[in-house]
Amino acid sequence: MTASIPVIRVERANKAFALPEGGRFDAVRDVSLDILPGEIFGLVGRSGAGKSTLLRLMNLLEKPDSGSISVAGQELTALGARELREARRRIGMIYQHFNLLANATVFENVAFPLRIHGAMNAPRLKARVTECLELVGLLDKAGSYPARLSGGQKQRVAIARALASYPTVLLCDEPTSALDPDTTRSVLDTLRDINARLGVTIVIVSHELQALGSLCQRAAVVEEGRIAELFDLRDHSEPRKTSLGRELVYHAAEAHVGAPPGELHA
Amino acid sequence: MLEKFLIVAPELWRAFGETLLMLGIGLSAAVLLGGPLGVVLFLNGSGEPGRGRSIGKVLGWLVNTVRSFPFIILMVALVPFTRIVAGTSIGPLAASVPLSCAAIPYFARLVEQQLHDVPRGVIEAAEAMGATRLQIVTRVLLLEARSGLVLALTVLAISFLSYSAVAGVVGGGGIGDLAIRYGYYRFETDVMVITVAILIAMVQLIQFGGGRIARRLDKR
Repeated sequence: MTASIPVIRVERANKAFALPEGGRFDAVRDVSLDILPGEIFGLVGRSGAGKSTLLRLMNLLEKPDSGSISVAGQELTALGARELREARRRIGMIYQHFNLLANATVFENVAFPLRIHGAMNAPRLKARVTECLELVGLLDKAGSYPARLSGGQKQRVAIARALASYPTVLLCDEPTSALDPDTTRSVLDTLRDINARLGVTIVIVSHELQALGSLCQRAAVVEEGRIAELFDLRDHSEPRKTSLGRELVYHAAEAHVGAPPGELHA
Repeated sequence: MLEKFLIVAPELWRAFGETLLMLGIGLSAAVLLGGPLGVVLFLNGSGEPGRGRSIGKVLGWLVNTVRSFPFIILMVALVPFTRIVAGTSIGPLAASVPLSCAAIPYFARLVEQQLHDVPRGVIEAAEAMGATRLQIVTRVLLLEARSGLVLALTVLAISFLSYSAVAGVVGGGGIGDLAIRYGYYRFETDVMVITVAILIAMVQLIQFGGGRIARRLDKR
């Protein structure tokens, strides 16, 4: 049963935002969710459904109004500021707009999480950055500035940066929404690759069902801040309730035609 | 005109030195005190990752108040304070006190503005990686805003080159003061032309230098 101990556990989380014109918007309503170690988990939903907020709860970029969030057995919602910073080392995150430092080289961007925690001496740090850049196939760009890179390359630098401090989970917030179809595929391949090779648990938010269908093992459909349904993409034993769920299953089947799940990029 | 130039040359040289002294002290104060103040204003401003919002409001109000003073009035109002700090209220060193007092809030606002241009997502990414607030300031905000900050300092230097002329009223000296005393009060037009020419050259040089450095620092 060790495999079923969740690596991320969201328990009865609520998050509301005050609207500028008064009133409030309930982004996440009483959501409980378990993410299992080593899986790639998708969160889908229409824009404004609360899927990004749910993802951002998982590293406490958004603090829940109530409920608790645990990652790797540690309850983040119970931690002080210092412990939370420490815990965040093990939670990587990538974003739609990459969020790289424009005035730092690719090398320095990847070194950033290592430097802020001061955990490594110079040779070890260099070795780790090199290793991560190799993993995403961008070692030759180490001395370049992000402005010189394509969108797909920037996202791969962001992935290398997220991986640098040996995370157990990687949160992906619309990682391919700013990319064209070709680079989307290459970034997805990179994600699939690091999941397979490093066993990093991936939670990915996207509205691109095709991307999610080819990538995820399980997914949740988020509607109005709640999880409308949660299912295994390979499970066809019962029909899906939501239209997004049906579409997702369709794309998953498409992606896996001719290749049994899991062996797609072996 | 050349003859005239030779006569006033020693005085010009002295005035030039005084101007540099006032600018140097004023800009140093701006960077050392106004810079951090600008960071604090940014961190405690609305919509930013600030905890003590009320600190931001109080400091913002203080900055606005000092900035509302016309410089000449600020200078006169500060005379008692200047006497305490500089020991006298006359001369370039004394004039540096009100200059600094005006430069600090001015630069603080410029810094705050520049930091607002750093994309929110980049700050958030650093937060998500577990950076402390200080690390976010030094390793993200200042790094990403550095070329804008150099341009802000350039703007400040040029503004204060002309502010320093006003310092002549309290015997501050400097090139601007020379232009007023000789050129304006004594109708020695050629001296005024020379001083204005020097001021133009200085402004061009500062702008050119600042722009160049800013471009080299900007990798965006």
